[in-house]
Amino acid sequence: MPKLTIDDLEKIREEAERDMKVREGGAYRAKINVHMGTCGIAAGARAIMAALMKEKGSRGLDDVLLTSSGCAGLCSQEPMITVEMAGQAPVKYVNLTEAKVREIFEKHIQGGAIVLAYALGIGSEKTEP
Amino acid sequence: MDEQVTPTTYRLYLMVCAGTGCVSNHSFEIRTALETEIRKHGLEKEVSVVPTGCNGFCERGPILVVQPGDFFYQQLTVKDIPHLVEEHFLKGRPVAKLMYSPPAAKVPIPVLNDIPFFRKQVLIALRNRGLIDPEKIDEAIARGGYKALAKALTEMSPEKIISEVTLSGLRGRGGAGFPTGLKWQFVRNAVSTNGGQKYVVCNGDEGDPGAFMDRSILEADPHAVIEGMAIGAKAMGATAGFIYVRNEYPLAVERLRVALRQARDYGLLGTDILGTGFDFDIQIKRGAGAFVCGEETALLASVEGRLGEPRPRPPYPAQRGLWGKPTCINNVETWADVPPIISRGAKWYSGIGTSTSKGTKVFSLVGKINNTGLVEVPMGITLREIIYDIGGGIPGGKAFKAVQTGGPSGGCIPKEKIDLPIDYESLSAAGSMMGSGGMVIMDEDTCMVDVARYFLSFTHDESCGKCTPCREGTKAMLDILTRITEGKGTEDDLVLLEELAQTIKDTALCGLGKTVPNPVLTTLRYFREEYEAHIRRKKCPARVCRQLNVYSIDPQICVEKGHGCDVCRRNCSSNAITGRKNEGHAVIQSQCIKCGVCYDVCAFGAVKAD
Repeated sequence: MPKLTIDDLEKIREEAERDMKVREGGAYRAKINVHMGTCGIAAGARAIMAALMKEKGSRGLDDVLLTSSGCAGLCSQEPMITVEMAGQAPVKYVNLTEAKVREIFEKHIQGGAIVLAYALGIGSEKTEP
Repeated sequence: MDEQVTPTTYRLYLMVCAGTGCVSNHSFEIRTALETEIRKHGLEKEVSVVPTGCNGFCERGPILVVQPGDFFYQQLTVKDIPHLVEEHFLKGRPVAKLMYSPPAAKVPIPVLNDIPFFRKQVLIALRNRGLIDPEKIDEAIARGGYKALAKALTEMSPEKIISEVTLSGLRGRGGAGFPTGLKWQFVRNAVSTNGGQKYVVCNGDEGDPGAFMDRSILEADPHAVIEGMAIGAKAMGATAGFIYVRNEYPLAVERLRVALRQARDYGLLGTDILGTGFDFDIQIKRGAGAFVCGEETALLASVEGRLGEPRPRPPYPAQRGLWGKPTCINNVETWADVPPIISRGAKWYSGIGTSTSKGTKVFSLVGKINNTGLVEVPMGITLREIIYDIGGGIPGGKAFKAVQTGGPSGGCIPKEKIDLPIDYESLSAAGSMMGSGGMVIMDEDTCMVDVARYFLSFTHDESCGKCTPCREGTKAMLDILTRITEGKGTEDDLVLLEELAQTIKDTALCGLGKTVPNPVLTTLRYFREEYEAHIRRKKCPARVCRQLNVYSIDPQICVEKGHGCDVCRRNCSSNAITGRKNEGHAVIQSQCIKCGVCYDVCAFGAVKAD
């Protein structure tokens, strides 16, 4: 192992910081929530999650947060994801495939334009009684 | 070279506490169970398990913090893991029943920073606790590790480093509170004979009962200490360092070894560090557990391989330390505070705390307190905030009575002083001391004479015996205290105790001896009426000193509630309890040896101690 220079130290910091940033959850560009209820998993949500992780990794987008949550209630249209760009209302996408999420990643997450063809709706459900 | 941080990121990180507290609560088994379940669900590319240092909330261990999101899971068992992994990490439904809910609250609090225990803390020395894997140097570097060293080596002169530490107001965290910058200046100015060698030493000989600050820092973030020492070495012109750590801390020793190896591999220790021409390396010296070796001159003797006994000062170690060379000894926490001061500047650091005590202090919170654990708080915080807001108050609805700070060298501070701000001066004025940071909380069931006797028995055991005042004085004081707790004390004993205390304080050789009388002096000052009750009325108001108690059984409670359950009679070793099952019991006073076992075993409160 050759000795580190100050530049090397900075490089290690940058590299390791990517990993740490995700953990610490600070500011993010987008949060993608994969609905992982039993219905979602049966309909292929695991493959959707894997595809999203791959997209995120290959595009080097460290500020995209991937989370999972339960069934969103519309089991017939699983797999579903909810995309929430920072500061914007969440968008739900339904009946997804790996190809569709790749497209959503490119156009919505990276490009900022909602992919209307796959979108179910925008905004959150009302939670008040 | 150790395993590197995986280049592709995961979506979830499970930060499993691997401090000694959680490890003894089986956190390594939890880790294995998590890894097994994660593999079972095929989540190994999505979810990563990271062992971390002590999280601080030891009372609730084993602890798991999920990031991102800071979900706080506590008191986990291996059988909780399959459900947790499936529900939260696969299906995204956090499991509320495994989260922490404070005693008064009904709804579990899921997020770390909403928990009162964490909310009031300010982390400087513990800045990386629970956030990094202490065995991976890259994670320490990602959190800013060795940035301060790079700055000190390239942008700062030794004088500038020392002036920064001086201006920060940092004072020794080992107990005495000597200004760190001034100590560094002394060592820098000291002229070393033959060869010019100087040394820096880290004092990790943590021995106070109930104290575990140093251990936790070494376990959670060993690089913080290594970096601090390297900066100090540059400032003072030292090229070699020693970390003196107790062999009773195997996890700390192991993590230090790993950290030193990784730092050497990266060239952050060794020759020509970061290409700046600065040479420095550190060795671990393991102590064998003698309390006196925490005293600096005894520690130096032990590092040199001699008997761990103190010697008179001056000369101070700054003039004549290891092998007669100028040596700077700082405590673990002091060293860990140095890198942030260099990175963020003296002004930032001195903005925290009070006029004379700057920055933060780590305390271990133990005894009769709901949230046992490790806390780091800004100087000037009140005892009330520590005990009630962070510590969650006293268990079982009992009343707070006193807090012992500073270990066997410190004193007991009574409840009347609960609004005392924590800093070096106000603790000294109250007759105690900052000490290394042990804080033992006592409730109404604690006898202060017994507490003083306990600490004296500890220091009597640990006195090295070199000087007469400490060796004989602690014995004499212990004998008197034992006599009082057995009901054989006289009024003259109190006068004698005070006289002995003053004499030992004035004449003992080292810091250990000089502070030995503090527990006695403070309890005499604040709880004199308890001593008097033991002497005049032959009663222990807290019912702790059993020789002074008279045990009796309330026949009504015994029969009505307990149906004469017979447990007391069966447990009595001296056949001093009469009565059969269902009939109720009574104590034969002439046969009772006052062991108190009947009182301890009665589940109905029928046995009375008076």
